[in-house]
Order: sequence, then C-alpha cells, then structure tokens
Amino acid sequence: MAVSLKVNGAARSVPAEPDTPLLYVLRNDLALNAAKFGCGLAQCGACTVLVDGKPVRSCITEVGSVGESEVTTLEGLGTVDKPHPLQKAFIEEQAAQCGYCIAGMMMSAKALLDVNPHPSEADVRQGLADNLCRCGTHNRIIRAVLKASHAMGRT
Amino acid sequence: MNVVVSRREFAAGLGGIVVAFTLAPRLLVETALAQQPAPLPGSLANNRMLDAWIRIHADGDATVCMGKVELGQGAVTALAQIAAEELDLPLARLHLISGDTEKTPNEGVTSGSQSIEYGGVALRLAGAQVREILVDLAAKRLGADATTLTVADGVISAPDGRKVSYGDLARDADLHREVSGKARPKPSSTHTIVGKPIERLDIPGKVTGGVAYVQDLRLPGMAHGRVVRPPQYGAKLQTIDEAAVKAMPGVVAVVRDGSFLGVIAEREEQAIKASVALAKSAKWAAGPPLPDQAGIYDLLLSLPAEAKVISEKQAALPDDVRVFEATYRRPYTAHASIGPSCAVAEFKDGKMTVWTHSQGVFPLRGNLAMGLKLPADKVHCIHAEGSGCYGHNAADDVALDAALLARAAPGGRPVRVQWMRGDEFGWEPFGPAMVIKTKAALSPQGRVVDWNFDVFSNTHSTRPSEPGGNNLLSSWYLADPQPPAPPRTIPQPAGGGDRNAIPLYDFPRQRVVNHFIKEMPLRVSALRTLGAYANVFATESFFDELALAANADPVAFRLAHLKDPRARAVIEAVARKADWKPGEKGDGSRGRGIGFAKYKTLATYVAVIAEVEVDRATGKVSVPRAWAAVDSGQIINPDGLANQMEGGIVQSASWTLKEEVRFDRDGIKSRDWLGYPILTMPEAPKVEVVLIDRPDEKPLGSGEGAQGPAVAAIANAFAAATGKRLRDLPLSPDRVKAALG
Repeated sequence: MAVSLKVNGAARSVPAEPDTPLLYVLRNDLALNAAKFGCGLAQCGACTVLVDGKPVRSCITEVGSVGESEVTTLEGLGTVDKPHPLQKAFIEEQAAQCGYCIAGMMMSAKALLDVNPHPSEADVRQGLADNLCRCGTHNRIIRAVLKASHAMGRT
Repeated sequence: MNVVVSRREFAAGLGGIVVAFTLAPRLLVETALAQQPAPLPGSLANNRMLDAWIRIHADGDATVCMGKVELGQGAVTALAQIAAEELDLPLARLHLISGDTEKTPNEGVTSGSQSIEYGGVALRLAGAQVREILVDLAAKRLGADATTLTVADGVISAPDGRKVSYGDLARDADLHREVSGKARPKPSSTHTIVGKPIERLDIPGKVTGGVAYVQDLRLPGMAHGRVVRPPQYGAKLQTIDEAAVKAMPGVVAVVRDGSFLGVIAEREEQAIKASVALAKSAKWAAGPPLPDQAGIYDLLLSLPAEAKVISEKQAALPDDVRVFEATYRRPYTAHASIGPSCAVAEFKDGKMTVWTHSQGVFPLRGNLAMGLKLPADKVHCIHAEGSGCYGHNAADDVALDAALLARAAPGGRPVRVQWMRGDEFGWEPFGPAMVIKTKAALSPQGRVVDWNFDVFSNTHSTRPSEPGGNNLLSSWYLADPQPPAPPRTIPQPAGGGDRNAIPLYDFPRQRVVNHFIKEMPLRVSALRTLGAYANVFATESFFDELALAANADPVAFRLAHLKDPRARAVIEAVARKADWKPGEKGDGSRGRGIGFAKYKTLATYVAVIAEVEVDRATGKVSVPRAWAAVDSGQIINPDGLANQMEGGIVQSASWTLKEEVRFDRDGIKSRDWLGYPILTMPEAPKVEVVLIDRPDEKPLGSGEGAQGPAVAAIANAFAAATGKRLRDLPLSPDRVKAALG
C-alpha cells in the first residue's frame, strides 16, 4: 500500500497503510526528525505540524486523511544556514533545554504568528497552551516568539 | 554522543569518529606496586590518563572526551568552554565525544549537579597540561624560552614573530601519560571563553530538525520493537496468543522470556498495533496489590526504618522557650519526560551495541551485561540525547528492552524501542513520597534555640550503579529473574532522602535524623534534587512559621540566623531584586514569600522570592512572578546558569502546584497528561535571575539549586497571602479550599 502526500513543498509517496499516524510517516519514511512522539494522545504537542497552515497533532492524524493538503514541518521553515525568523529567535534566546518539545512549540508558534502577526505576551502564552514543556523553558520560548514576531514585522 | 562543533561530521550521524587509543593507564599499572598514585581531583581520580581526555590531531584540532553527558542542561557546552579555554583553541576546533564506554572516561552518572564540579575540573587540569606540553615542545622547536611564548587559536608565537601550530607539534606531543594535576590553569582574569554566554552547541540542530536524539537514529535494516508491560507491578505472564500476533502485518518476531513480552515489526506503527493485540491476548496472574493512596504516609511511617542521627549540636535549652511542631509531606512525583524513553540496540558477532540516553553508560553496561549474561566487554553503550530526564527515569530500562529484542531479532537487525506514554508514567521509578517531622524552640528574644528535623523516606537511588543486583526493570521479569540491588541510602554530606536536611542556619542546639525505609511500596529512584526539594520545603516553611511566631520579617529572620556571607549575599540580592519590603503582608489572595538553600549544604547558593495569587473560590494557586539570586562560584556560562535557574523554578512550581502520582490497589493510575497534569504555558511564572559571579571560587553545578528554594518560596507566599499554612504538597485546589474553609 502506498500513500501520497505533500510535505514541505515536495510530493512524496510512502509505503504505509492509510491509517498510519502521519508522525511515523514523517519520521520513519521521510527521515524528518523535528516532529516528536510524546504521547500519541494529542495531549502534549510535541508532534505538532501544519496541515494547510493549521496546527495538527500528527500522532493522531491518519496519513490517508491528509490528501492533497500541504504538510509543513519544522524542517520546512528553514535551516541552520538559512533559518526562519522563528528559528533565529529561538537560537538567539537560547530557548531550549532538552529541546524535545521545541519543534512542536515552534510549529504552534508559526500557526499563531500566521493569524496574529503581533501577539501580546498573553496571546503567545495562550497560543502555546496545549504544548507542554518539562524543562521549564517557558519564559525563553515566549521571548523567542515575541522576538520573531518583531523581526517578521520589520521585513 | 558526539558533538562535532564544526558540523562537518554531523551529517555522519551519531556514530562519530573512531580514534584508536587505549584507556588503560599503562604507566599506572607499571608503577602501582612501587607507589600509591597521588590523588587527583574530580573525575581525574578514576581516569588518570591525559589522552583519555584530550588528543591533538595533525590539523591542530582537539578531540575532547567526557564521561558526563548532555541531558538538556547545557553541560557539554559548558565543559567544552572549559576545555577550549585551557587549550587556547576556539570551540569550533573541538571534537566532542561524550558518554561512550569504549571512547570516553568513566565519570559514573551525570547527576547531582556534578558535571561542572567533577568533569570541569578534570578538563581544566587536563587542558592546562596539554597546553603546557605543546608550549614546551614549541619552545624547543623555536629555541625560545617557554615563558616568552604566547598562544592564540592553537598557534604558538615567539616574541620575534616565529610561529608553530598545535598541528605541527601533534606528532611529537606525548599525551599518553598520567595527568600530573600540577599544570596551572589560566587565571580567570584572562578568560575569553569561560564566563561568557556562549550559545549552546546543540540548539541549532534542535530548532531545525537535525539529528539530535536517540529517537532520531535510523540504522540500516532497523526494525521497531515494543514491549508489553504487565497490568501492575509483579504480575506474571500466563498465556498469550502468539500465533495470531505473528500473523499480523509486518511482525518479525514475538519475544517472550518469562514475563518479559515484546514484539518486533518492520514498521513502528505495526509494532504498536501488534503490541496492543499481544496485550489484549495476554493472561496475567495479578501481582501483589498496591497500598491505598489515602493511607500512604501512615504506611511509610509504619514500615521498619533505620534511624541515623546525621547532625547533632548540644546546648542547654532555656526553660522559657515556646515549642512548635509541624509535619510536612511530599507525594510520589514523576519525572514525566515529554518524550518516552527510547533506545536502539544491535547484536552483531556476539557483541551488543546500545545507543541510549542513560545518565550513566558505564553503570548501564554493567546491568545490561548481567541481564544479557554477556561479559561487560561484549556490551558497548553509546550516549545519544533523549528527552530531558530530570533524574533516573526509564532511560536505562528501555536500553535492556531494546537489547533483549535485538538479541532475538532475526539476522542481527538493529531494533529501536520507544516506550508508550502510559508505560512511561506507569513504570518509571518515581521520586519517593516523604514525611518530615519538625520541632523547634523559640527564645523570648526571637531566636531559634532548638531544631529537630526527622526525615522519613525510601532510597533516592535505585540506579544501575547500585551494587548487588540488577536494577533494570525487565531483568526482574525474565524466566530466570534477577533480583534488584538491595536499597541503600546515599551517605552524607551529599545525602539521599536526607539531602539538605541539615540546616545552614546557626542553631545552638539541633538534631537531624534520617529514617531510611527500605521497603518500597512504589518503584522509586532519583528525581532531580533527591530529598532536597522536600527538605528545603520543610525547613524553609517551618522557619517561616517560626519567623511569624517571633513577629519577625522572613528575610530579616533568615539573615539573623545566618553567618555564611555567601548565603547572606544571595538572600540580600534577591530581596533587592524583588524590592522586598520588610514586614510586607499579603492581602488575602496575593502575597510573597522567600526560600533559600545551599544545595546539598555544600554547593550552589540560591534564594528565591515568589509571588502567589490564590483564587479563593476555585482554590487555584498561581505563581505570576518569581525572582532568584544564585551563587554557583565561578560562572562558566552565565546564560546557561540563568537557563537552569529559570527552568528549575518553573519545574518546581509545577511539582508544587500540580503534581502527584495517582495509584490504587490495582496499580498506577496516572498514565497520561490528563492523569498527571503539569504546569502549562499560561501558568508559568515570569522569572528574573540575579547571577553572583565568584571568579576565584570553584565552579559548581546549578541544575538542582533552585527547586528547593522555589517550593519554599511558593509555600511561604501562600501562607503570606492567606494566613493559612499548607504542609502537604501539592498545593492543589482541594487542599486550598479545605484550608481556607
């Protein structure tokens, strides 16, 4: 069985059953590391990716349900050499400890900034309310998202 | 794992560069009979060879090996800063290898905020000696006096402008010798890398989807495994429907050894489906029931305990004192890593290689060898980062699971195993529940003149490093089960359950007793700070109660009982930062409190002031703001130190406000994030940190400095806000409503 999908702008075909969670396809078939398995229950946000710009929990999203939609992962935002403003801000603010939650945080932040380019601190906190961080990096993550929003506002 | 700073080898994955060398201290063996080796500080004590730590290559780059590992705390960057500083090499020219049983020094377990103190001193002395050796060689080569030479970026220059590089000297530099311990590190005034907020080496990869974690390893031919856990502790597997599961799509093997049950499949989702089917078909004989949660503290107090007086000061007790007593309790607390534990194992030519996020690859190797019945030299453990662990979670356990499945995998295929969320919560060893009984006397002059502190706790370490058994979960369930190591308490001065039980305050009379309970109703082990979180909560809460009884300001009351100038300095600094007003009062729903501790009573000093808001209708407590001051001696990386303080306070706020493992007679009931909620983004306090740098003091670890002071500050702020004292954690809405009536 093969399923086709569009990830970070490229058409891909993977040998997976349609009911396979998108997360395993991204990680294991497409070797995209960013989205993480955290709970498999849509409770922690570590697996967050964008589907047509909307944040979804890839751990409970069946790959067969994605269809023609555009899937965007953290890898689709930028690279170490050409970072997206969010990635740049997270590095500048040193907004990670273990970093396991960070990809999901950043994708939720991307979704937030896409609909609200100039969020208040309270907006950022609310926008990331369903993404759990265990290291206590919350303050830095909030600062990084605000910094990215300012940087994006200037360009 | 390997961190190659230049990234040029990052693409090669986690396997890293292989350099042939020996860790065996050849010279040491030869001279051992003649004389006892001189003691060396820190991690050098057991890793005496210079080239076990640092090697210089023909291109002038250096390989730096560390037994301490990255857990998300920034240790590898900080250790690299120390090495780069002493070597006079830019960070980008260091190739870092950490936590590999065949390549790095054995520094035991990365725990107890000791990486900087033990690993840092080793790299500092080793780096200084390598630099001295290279400078001496350069002096000979250039015919110059070594004291006239200068070093920058791995190039040694004579006053007349002639130069020679480390690469030119690498071949002649004999680093296969013992560390002398006598090399002189650079004075702190000349530091250009240490003490600077260098960006963490691991963060760019983590924010762009680079290979950063053991979870990201994909070896050729790798299969996916899952383990089916029993319904509760000690249950025994009776029957399974193996044939039906074997017939499922992608299933490679069903593996059973006694009550250990696992499955290997081609694809991860196939392994998960097969494990769910296996679990459904499995029939178990129930294990012994767990105790009732409601009676857990009474049960702990009723169990046999070994009592040991760990501190005693005698003085006459005046007879006009007022006596106060209180009991404090802390529940079982989960590590609750965001990512469930994971390992990859490969069994090839009789040798087991395991990629693991264990905190101690060498102790893990020992328990793996025992569990697999292999000689230790046939087990190779390689560290790769995982999700933050905050102590002994399931990282070690899953390594044995992966190894057991890899041993059974057809064709020697590597197997990756990640635990499912419910198993991570249900089977990790929790931070132990604790009870602390305090009793103190206050003189008419408002001084504490007697202090009694009794700690009741299980062990705080059932790590694989414990001798006399196998501490890996699945080893207990094999057909030929291996018993766990007998529980021990970690002795003072660091302490286990009694960590930070001895107060830093100057009391004329005191008695501190550790009641070590061997029987463990729930599986427990090391959670960040061990007993310090609860002991600082109890000490600092009770001290505030005494301050209130003495009608004294909490900050002034602390200072009045403290001589240690560094302790006084952090308290004064945080009071200034938070604009603390002597005698400030809460208003019924809002208030502030302070907490202080010197971690382990011998390391980092931290004082925290927290502000709490209490919703009297719902009982919900929130912490909008916190301030901290920290003195961890010489600061290696100020931003890393601040990050550890901020994180420690937020994590402690989560433990304090929300966390408690739920269980009933049938087993552990906290199995997901709804059953074990943690602090969310809207709930996280804003934190401001004051760093006190002491460049001439030894550098200390900071990962565990803030949690105790933070819980105390929050509990004291709650009391200041409401006038009611909560002595049971967490400060949950039910407790708050009951206390406020």
